[in-house]
Amino acid sequence: MGEKQKGIAIVVTSGKGGVGKTTTSANIGTGLALKGKSVAIVDADIGLRNLDVVMGLENRIVYDLVDVVDGNCKLTQALIRDKRQSELYLLPAAQTKDKTAVTPEQMLDLVNQLKEKFDYVIMDSPAGIEQGFQNSIAGADMALVVTTPEVSAVRDADRVIGLLESNEIQNPRLIINRIRQDMVNRGDMLDKEDIMDILGIDLIGIVPDDEAIVISTNKGEPVVSSGDNIASKAFDNITRRIMGEEIELIDLDANREGKMSKILKLLFNK
Amino acid sequence: MDFFSLFKKKESSKDVAKERLKLVLVQDRTDIAPKFLEMIQGEILEVISKYADVETDEIDIKLTRMKRDDSTTISALVANIPFTNPRNFN
Repeated sequence: MGEKQKGIAIVVTSGKGGVGKTTTSANIGTGLALKGKSVAIVDADIGLRNLDVVMGLENRIVYDLVDVVDGNCKLTQALIRDKRQSELYLLPAAQTKDKTAVTPEQMLDLVNQLKEKFDYVIMDSPAGIEQGFQNSIAGADMALVVTTPEVSAVRDADRVIGLLESNEIQNPRLIINRIRQDMVNRGDMLDKEDIMDILGIDLIGIVPDDEAIVISTNKGEPVVSSGDNIASKAFDNITRRIMGEEIELIDLDANREGKMSKILKLLFNK
Repeated sequence: MDFFSLFKKKESSKDVAKERLKLVLVQDRTDIAPKFLEMIQGEILEVISKYADVETDEIDIKLTRMKRDDSTTISALVANIPFTNPRNFN
């Protein structure tokens, strides 16, 4: 189209389902908006719409991504403004239509339009490596690969990293989600060094397996906006690294010590 | 390295996970079927058995990735084949 593109498109992907792509997309999008950036989050999981409920916007949907591509509405009509962040918008996936309703070329065109309007465009990829995946990486400037410390998730992450590289999306960055530090300390869970060693890509963040994430998802409010817990801090750190800040990884052991000292206090200060 | 591992406690489940992952990823990345390893193992044993008795329970043959000096990686076949009673050909 020849116009100047200002935004950065980031695809959040994993290969395996259920590792936290949608939660990650919602939190990174919200985190960037909290830092004053304009953000569009695109639910590219056509047929299995989920980002709307994670963000608590399910009651506001009128049009969806397929409506935009088919020309049933304008792009701006389908974008839903977030409840709290005025510069955060969701483009919901179609729920009922055929998964092949959108082509990678149409998606690329859509992402390019969004990049002209927003600082960041976050693409929430579907599970799998089929057309939905190809759609979600169309136009991506950067890729975040989400995994959990499990054999199956790491294996699929490796596959996706290979596919991203063969699609010329260089330097994908890794997010390790649902880390249980107590299990890592016992030697019963792969730790970040193990996973980085195996996958050979740079880490952009680690997220603990934290109740606060489940609770905030129940309410439809991304945990990053709650501010006072370790999961929120973890997503805030990822957001800041995306924006180019260099900050240290969150110390998941510090949280554990906090709990321990609470228990010790209960035992001895009574 | 093997010497020190004698003093280690029981192998932790994450070490098992890491080993399994490394192996399966070599297969995924190179598109090598598990059958390939079985066939290689069978033929290597045949050759070695001509010269010594092989302790078949202790055999460990696997594919791993090795770093070269220029920090690129290559696939490598690592075989650990204990044997007893070498045949005397003198």
